[in-house]
Amino acid sequence: MRTLLRLLRGAFEPFERLAYRLFGGESPFHHLGALTIYLFWVVLASGLYVFAFYETSVAGAYASVERLTHEQWYLGGVMRSLHRYASDAAVLTLGLHILRELSRDHHRGPRWFSWLTGVPNLWMVYMLGITGYWMVWDELAQYVAVATAELLDRLPIFTDPMARNFLTEGSLSDRFFTLLAFLHLLGLPLILVGTIWLHIQRISRPRIHPPRRLAAGTLLALLALALVQPATSHGPADLTREPQVLHLDWFYLPVYPLYDVLGASVVWGLLWGGTLLLCALPWLPRRRRVPVAEVDPAWCNGCRRCFSDCPYGAIDMAPHPDKRGKEISVVDPALCLSCGICEGACPSATPFRSVRELVSGIELPQYPVQVLRERARDAARRLRGPVRIVVFGCGHAADPASLARADTAAVPLECAAMLPPSLVEYLIRREGVDGVVIAGCRAEDCEYRLGTRWVEERIAGAREPHLRRNVPRERVALCWAGTDAALLRRCVEDFRARLARAAGAGDDEAPPAAAAGGGGGA
Amino acid sequence: MPERGRAWRAAGRALAYALFAAFVGFFAVRPAWTHLGPGEAVVKVSIVHRGKPLGECRERSEEELARLPPNMRIKTVCPRERSPLELEVWLDGRLLHREVKAPSGLHHDGPSYIYHRFVVPAGEHVLRVRLRDSVRAAGYPYDRSERVRLDPGRALAVDFDPAEGIRFR
Repeated sequence: MRTLLRLLRGAFEPFERLAYRLFGGESPFHHLGALTIYLFWVVLASGLYVFAFYETSVAGAYASVERLTHEQWYLGGVMRSLHRYASDAAVLTLGLHILRELSRDHHRGPRWFSWLTGVPNLWMVYMLGITGYWMVWDELAQYVAVATAELLDRLPIFTDPMARNFLTEGSLSDRFFTLLAFLHLLGLPLILVGTIWLHIQRISRPRIHPPRRLAAGTLLALLALALVQPATSHGPADLTREPQVLHLDWFYLPVYPLYDVLGASVVWGLLWGGTLLLCALPWLPRRRRVPVAEVDPAWCNGCRRCFSDCPYGAIDMAPHPDKRGKEISVVDPALCLSCGICEGACPSATPFRSVRELVSGIELPQYPVQVLRERARDAARRLRGPVRIVVFGCGHAADPASLARADTAAVPLECAAMLPPSLVEYLIRREGVDGVVIAGCRAEDCEYRLGTRWVEERIAGAREPHLRRNVPRERVALCWAGTDAALLRRCVEDFRARLARAAGAGDDEAPPAAAAGGGGGA
Repeated sequence: MPERGRAWRAAGRALAYALFAAFVGFFAVRPAWTHLGPGEAVVKVSIVHRGKPLGECRERSEEELARLPPNMRIKTVCPRERSPLELEVWLDGRLLHREVKAPSGLHHDGPSYIYHRFVVPAGEHVLRVRLRDSVRAAGYPYDRSERVRLDPGRALAVDFDPAEGIRFR
């Protein structure tokens, strides 16, 4: 299983690198879930327009869609095409979202809930798409309706075969289209909204809107497609004839050719088997438990910073057992992913404290702030050369150890946001390091969702705990290079060159702000 | 960022959007799927019918009736369970399908439901459909044989009405 996931991730990687170079943090790969939700808004808006002209009757359904498509091609036709292509694009982004999360092992451990609650979404999306195709009542709709009815008849749900409704022209009533319109416009979308809401329940600050430029670009691309290749209908449904050659929508309807070839039992076996497999994946095999963040009541003053920064809502606040009127952070082990972002958020993690043993209010037992400070300090003290740099590297991005040399030291982190900003100041002011690089996942693509954003805001002084103003920002660089080792190397070398130039120019001429390779600057 | 690099990136983004739209547009309607070959037609058989009672009806005796509450004194009683339907579909003298369908319901007292779709070569055929709805009678009380012309793509419906028997529509 691990090999399969590695292969899957490897398949994504070249496309992701390319997209990151073109789009930066707005890469579509970083916003697949939000893009899917956005596309459903497009589907909803265009669908409402189309429905305004739709007639819910056997005789009127096809004719009304045809009128809209041809007589009002400039708006109705475009809206219909947009409705179809945005739905197709949503299946594409949804599929990529599922595969990408799977390839990154984001389906196991405390994330199982989001994964599992995503499975019904898949069914809802397909049911919505399929009922949408029925509404046109052309040959394709007839093919889909009859095959769906035959498939459903294989399940022990209905005693009277549903397929009888499509036996002859007279067996279908207008009420069927009223029911269909209710299902497609109200019933299924409402359920889908509910399942999406459930899907994002266990994450804080869910990203449900893609960046504006990405949203606009996607919409423009789909509009262009709608104009170049307008969505059209097949011939009208005719129950005395069997549809022959169909221009199938392979995003929504691949199950029907499968049914034609393999029969109902195999198709249901594949659908239910696939669903069960998706549901069971979080436990195939179960994720190894990593020690979760621990709170030290003596040092927790209830400042709520870890509570605010935790990307998974794993931290709650409760009355402090020892300090009257104060709160204490409480970690829910079932939700904690051991990212260490809370450790970087804790004000008591400052390395300037003159205590024998540095203990933070909240920290990872496997990588406490004392160990982090010692590693960073020891690394800094071994540095030699004109421009001495310490690189903090997130454990899910390119390994900075490959950059280590006499004038460059690498210190690993679980997440970039695990680094308390005060440790940057400590290295520069106390240990005399020339520059500090914080390297991590690609921008807007943090393994732990919010780490890169929190680092940017803390370094920029927009979020607590912030890097103090007396630390020259040009001596800090953020490199959101992801797994691209070459990009990280380039970022560090560019930073070194800037530092060297600044040192050569003297104190009167300040060096330019440290821009990050492929990401934001400090 | 140098102007040239910015222009290349913009061009790359435009190309990415175009590829995305092309991918969506292609698989939204292509490749075409041939559901039914050019020389084929379809016969759909759909029958809903309640079989005859499984056993004989009998008359209650006066003593039996007297023992029953007044509102339940019905003279003729029949067994609740129904006979299964036996269906045979023949095409040009060749048995295409045979099926025995049990009655629906927990007590097997409901109708039997049969639905089947057959893909057959287009052209002229002799279609024969026969149905038996009683285990107590020999033979097939409903039997219809007819020469039918099935043009390519034609969907012939075969259903059943107790008054009219088997219908080809």
